Amino acid sequence: MEWTMTLNEPGKVCLMQGNEAIVRGAVEAGINFAASYPGSPSSQILGMLGKIARERGFYAQWATNEVCALEACIGTSLANARSICIVKQNGLLCTADALHCGAQHGVKGGLVIVTSDDPSAHSSTNEFDSRFMAMSADLPMLEPTTMQEAKDMVPYAFELSERYRQMVLLRLTTRVCHGRSNVTLGPLPDVPHTLKPVDEWDRLVCVSYRHTPMLETLDSLQEAFEACPYNHYSGPEKPKKLIVAGGTGRLYAQEALHRLGQTDEVGLLSLASLWPLPERLIVRYLQHAEEVLILEEVDPFLERNLQAIAGKNRFTVRFAGRGDGALPRIGELTPELVLAAVSSLTGKRLPERKSASNEPLLERELNFCAGCPHRATFHLLRRVLRHEKNPGVVIGDIGCYIMSSQEAGHYAYQACNCMGSGINLAEGLGQLTAYGLEQKVVTMCGDSTFYHSILPGLVNARYHDSNMLLMVLDNSATAMTGFQPHPGTGLTAMGDNVAPMEIRPICEAMGCKVAEADPFDLEGTEALMADLLRQPGLKVLILRQPCATLKSKQQHTKPRVWVDQDKCLGDGCGCDRFCSRVWGCPGNSWDFQKNKAVIDPVSCVGCGICAKLCPAGAIMVEGGEKA
Amino acid sequence: MKALKYDPLNIVICGIGGQGNVLASEVLGSTMNDLGFRVSIGETYGASQRGGSVMSHVRISATQELGVLIPEGEAHFIIGFEPLETLRIARHYAGAETRIVYDPRPIYPQGVLRGAQVYPDMDALQTEIRSLSVSAQAIPAADIAMRCGDARAANIALLGAFSRLSGAPLDRQDLAAVLKQRFKGAVLEMNEKVFAMGCEAMDAEGGAQ
Repeated sequence: MEWTMTLNEPGKVCLMQGNEAIVRGAVEAGINFAASYPGSPSSQILGMLGKIARERGFYAQWATNEVCALEACIGTSLANARSICIVKQNGLLCTADALHCGAQHGVKGGLVIVTSDDPSAHSSTNEFDSRFMAMSADLPMLEPTTMQEAKDMVPYAFELSERYRQMVLLRLTTRVCHGRSNVTLGPLPDVPHTLKPVDEWDRLVCVSYRHTPMLETLDSLQEAFEACPYNHYSGPEKPKKLIVAGGTGRLYAQEALHRLGQTDEVGLLSLASLWPLPERLIVRYLQHAEEVLILEEVDPFLERNLQAIAGKNRFTVRFAGRGDGALPRIGELTPELVLAAVSSLTGKRLPERKSASNEPLLERELNFCAGCPHRATFHLLRRVLRHEKNPGVVIGDIGCYIMSSQEAGHYAYQACNCMGSGINLAEGLGQLTAYGLEQKVVTMCGDSTFYHSILPGLVNARYHDSNMLLMVLDNSATAMTGFQPHPGTGLTAMGDNVAPMEIRPICEAMGCKVAEADPFDLEGTEALMADLLRQPGLKVLILRQPCATLKSKQQHTKPRVWVDQDKCLGDGCGCDRFCSRVWGCPGNSWDFQKNKAVIDPVSCVGCGICAKLCPAGAIMVEGGEKA
Repeated sequence: MKALKYDPLNIVICGIGGQGNVLASEVLGSTMNDLGFRVSIGETYGASQRGGSVMSHVRISATQELGVLIPEGEAHFIIGFEPLETLRIARHYAGAETRIVYDPRPIYPQGVLRGAQVYPDMDALQTEIRSLSVSAQAIPAADIAMRCGDARAANIALLGAFSRLSGAPLDRQDLAAVLKQRFKGAVLEMNEKVFAMGCEAMDAEGGAQ
């Protein structure tokens, strides 16, 4: 909640989400500048910063992409600004070049990069371990285990960044970002950090001779991390059995040891300074250990590095962790996995609990939301491609429409790589249509993705006139991550209204052939899609219909949609239960008692598209604001 | 500070995306925080709004700093927004002293509507939920909310029902006070009505056992 972000009551204890704790930490650090591109699990951070930016005297921006965000932060550092850049794992990868060059030239004003990893890929396409980016770029990295530490580490990271004139990475994982716990507020500064003019001899230049000073900075940081106040140890002074935990692992291990009655027998070293590792601190406990269990999220990063430290010191230690099979190689840590691993380490077991049935329960597949315009788009795309001599090639991209790879979108696409890649995969295939590939090539992107990373690909595809169709699914929102504004919306993170940059004139200025349609105009859009696919060269089709969830948040009264069960012919209709079985909107359900269609009033958003599609005309729409 | 019946006290709130699961856990958690307890909440966010199974873990303690996830078999309360999801969670998280309150209104997975899957038999499902718990009450929360004018308030009906359970860390008065902080005007009036009906539905079930 915004008010706890700016509440000036040091010592007050608030329940805070990890993302909120980062916001509070940034405000306590007196930041001057914040920039981000939304990505789960850390999307909320900049949204909240934007809302309080004016009040606290800093600037906050939803940048067009992560590279813009980080490079803007580096720019402001020249003026001694304290800047924070927030990215998810994939966004951090986008910034790789800027990050590595930036590490070599360093910073003037403090620069903290918050990067959120998504173990188990709850809301991502892949798992990634950001810690390797710190190692690769020779940058310091911290990881909190609690919401309190998440808040406290932001000002700490800024102090380090300024003292060592280097960027500092703060790694979060989903359970910290989206978890909540008690946070004690610190004092707020009266004014933000002091800006200074850019001196003639301030130099942030990436040149090869900066390599050695960069490594020396890393050596100094390693020394500083030997006394990092967020590294904790509990247990015997000379542990035979040692657990080394990073991030979430500490609290799971603490609870497992407590439940097994082993808190005094086993050492628990919790590391917050992940890179460079505090070797002397680690050696102090590792030298006595015979067995070590490593608890960490995603890859065996600590495990491999601790093995190297053990090897260098000729310790004989048995390591257990993700790398050796004691824990799964993929997926997030859970209390159960940690308990089992701690049981193996200690030989202590909890009494067996009465086990419940193992019979599989049906799983829920993900679906487009009720009233989602993408449902119509993929319904039409399938119909159009079905009429082609050869099935088309469809290339996906990153956004809500990624769910078209499932039943919800009729398994629409054959390939989907990273964000912004669809246009380029399709561009290549489009060129092959002149070399014997007899298929129509289609790709898609959302409006936010269009600005994020489609633009250079579109320049390439247009200049080389690739034979393909780009569908821009413009739902007026960065819907997947929570409706953040982007350059097409006319809104900014700080709530200002600005001139939107319309997608159509951008495409036209590039010389693209552009058409526009409403996916809910089913007949017209189907004919247009088919027509465009028959034309050679590069075509852009903008499918415009706002996100249904966004619309339903804005409308006060929704139309009532209901099924006249006297008109619904049930299974006798011949429509194959079109509404609930084929169309598949969560608002369309089935009354298994009466064997007739029914609308689920909880899910339905009142768009009324199903009423247009019902062959028996049995679905009624009444009143409300037109959705 | 009131004494907790269990320490840590573990509550799982489960349902499908978009049902108000996160709000319910946040209301519970921040109220306990304000009463001086240590609170940890873990939320499953990925499938919110998109029809997938979601759950939140709420953990309360007088002294302990806790991880955000409840170990399996350690839930004291399960608040379920949908019967299949309630069973799914009960199988994993119910233990020797688990009390369950849930909405028995099924929301069919897309696969069931398509004819590719069959929804479990309701009687068998409810029997299994009961067998995994000390007590399990079915409260028609979505129906109550719809009768009061907004289906989205089902979470408030369930919170009302939950507050009437023996050992619940918050009672009816605590939560009624929170509603007054969170909502205003007609929305407050509607939520108070839903909340009261949730409490009464539980009392009619002989809830406070």
